[in-house]
Amino acid sequence: MQIYLPVAEASVSAFVLLGLGGLVGILSGMFGVGGGFLMTPLLFFIGIPPAVAVATEANQIVASSFSGVLAHFRRRTVDIKMGLVLQVGGLIGAALGVLVFNYLKSLGQVDLLVRLCYVVFLGVVGGLMFMESLQALRKARRAGGGPAPKRRQRTWIHSLPFKMRFRTSGLYISVIPPICVGILVGILAAIMGVGGGFIMVPAMIYILGMPTKVVVGTSLFQIILVTAFTTMLHATTNYTVDIVLAVLLLVGGVIGAQIGTQIGLRLKAEQLRILLALMVLVVCGKLAADLLLQPSELYSLGPAVGH
Amino acid sequence: MRILALLFALLTPLAALATGEEVVLGLSSDRVSITTSFDGSEILIFGAVKRETPIPEDPLEIIITVAGPSHPVTVRRKANRFGIWVNAEAVEVDAAPSFYAVATTSAWKDVLTDTEDLRHKISIGRAIRSVGAPMEIRDAPHFTEALIRIRRNADLYQMLEGKVALDEQTLFRTAIEMPADLTEGAYATRIFLTRHGKIINQYETTIDVRKVGLERLLFVMSRQQPVLYGLMSLAIAIIAGWGASAAFTMLRNR
Repeated sequence: MQIYLPVAEASVSAFVLLGLGGLVGILSGMFGVGGGFLMTPLLFFIGIPPAVAVATEANQIVASSFSGVLAHFRRRTVDIKMGLVLQVGGLIGAALGVLVFNYLKSLGQVDLLVRLCYVVFLGVVGGLMFMESLQALRKARRAGGGPAPKRRQRTWIHSLPFKMRFRTSGLYISVIPPICVGILVGILAAIMGVGGGFIMVPAMIYILGMPTKVVVGTSLFQIILVTAFTTMLHATTNYTVDIVLAVLLLVGGVIGAQIGTQIGLRLKAEQLRILLALMVLVVCGKLAADLLLQPSELYSLGPAVGH
Repeated sequence: MRILALLFALLTPLAALATGEEVVLGLSSDRVSITTSFDGSEILIFGAVKRETPIPEDPLEIIITVAGPSHPVTVRRKANRFGIWVNAEAVEVDAAPSFYAVATTSAWKDVLTDTEDLRHKISIGRAIRSVGAPMEIRDAPHFTEALIRIRRNADLYQMLEGKVALDEQTLFRTAIEMPADLTEGAYATRIFLTRHGKIINQYETTIDVRKVGLERLLFVMSRQQPVLYGLMSLAIAIIAGWGASAAFTMLRNR
């Protein structure tokens, strides 16, 4: 069933959109990532103009994250306090990111930089996570049975001022590292046009030392705020949010997110991490291939830019 | 459609009092409405040649063009720099129609001379206006060729040689397929009568391509009430998210 999208000005199959939404929704619920880094290229592929794809997807992520986070709220696996602290950093970072983005745009080649950013970050994050979880799995197997309770190491992070107790995460740390993480992720999210879940999740695990179970819900919680903000920004400045496209994507997305959350709760933390790492590496490989292999069409069309 | 065309055939000899040959045109519809289920459209263009003198010996040829609104377009070319493929050069085409179809009665070289094409900008290549490329790009024609190639592959540019049917040197008709991803606007439709490649008469009209109903409502709202539109999008997202979560909880608690 073909459907015409009023803002995107394209006609696409409704079932393809429902399917895409569902797929990304499952990933979103499982890993606590918004799925933007997957959805953007997929939407380009079916012929949605890039500007509309990025903006509309932000709106769809609000829906699937909201659907996912409710399931986590019921299980009390959302650290609201931590989410809000990260958010403070996130908004500062997003504002900085937009400044950086516009500066690079004035230099030209912003497209290339975004792609390189993707390849480098996805590669590093995916690679590190994959190796770390593989080791954890091997260790768990050697020990025979459940993983040994890990003693949390005291690092320089614990000697910083402004300490705050994050009860849900079982942490008593300074607010400076979470705010810094928030800023960093905010900058990257603004440049790369995604919610930033795939950077936020590893950052929470490895830098802040939060338990994996709490990380997913907290990340979703934080993503909702970021993407809601992004949606409004796009809707009021670029007029690129396509509500028909969003509705189709989010119908699939919210159902997918529920299924994904159930799958995620049944998997072990290490398995979850390995799967996320593999997925990140696959996307990274695809993007790297696009940069390295000769494209079949060397030319591309775009709207005229003012000189 | 056939009946309408026949009517034209009956009426034209009576009306043919003026000198020379003239176009009398009919369209299957003078507007294309884009609805939610819009999946492209076929427009039937038909008409007759009105004349008082006997039909000349030389064959009459007909060219029909339909052009969407023109916009400037940037054409970029990738090049291998330091092992990766990046957008290297760009040429701005000053005006390129978003849709352009040319239908003729016979092969292009038989229906129009280059001089006439240059004057009336009929072929796809001429319909695109490119003033000049930056100095450092020597092969600017490649960029316009690429623009035409990409749009032809998307069926946005169509060269329909021999697709106009001409009966008895008087009645003509053609069907033009318009793809689903149309831009809104007035589509200029031109009909040229030619003999020996020279234009002897031309006729112009427009086809209105418009979004209607829900499509129009949402489009207008997104431009005129962006804040409300954004909030509405968010509200739908949150309600849908909550609804799915509530539905799944109910399902599991059964």
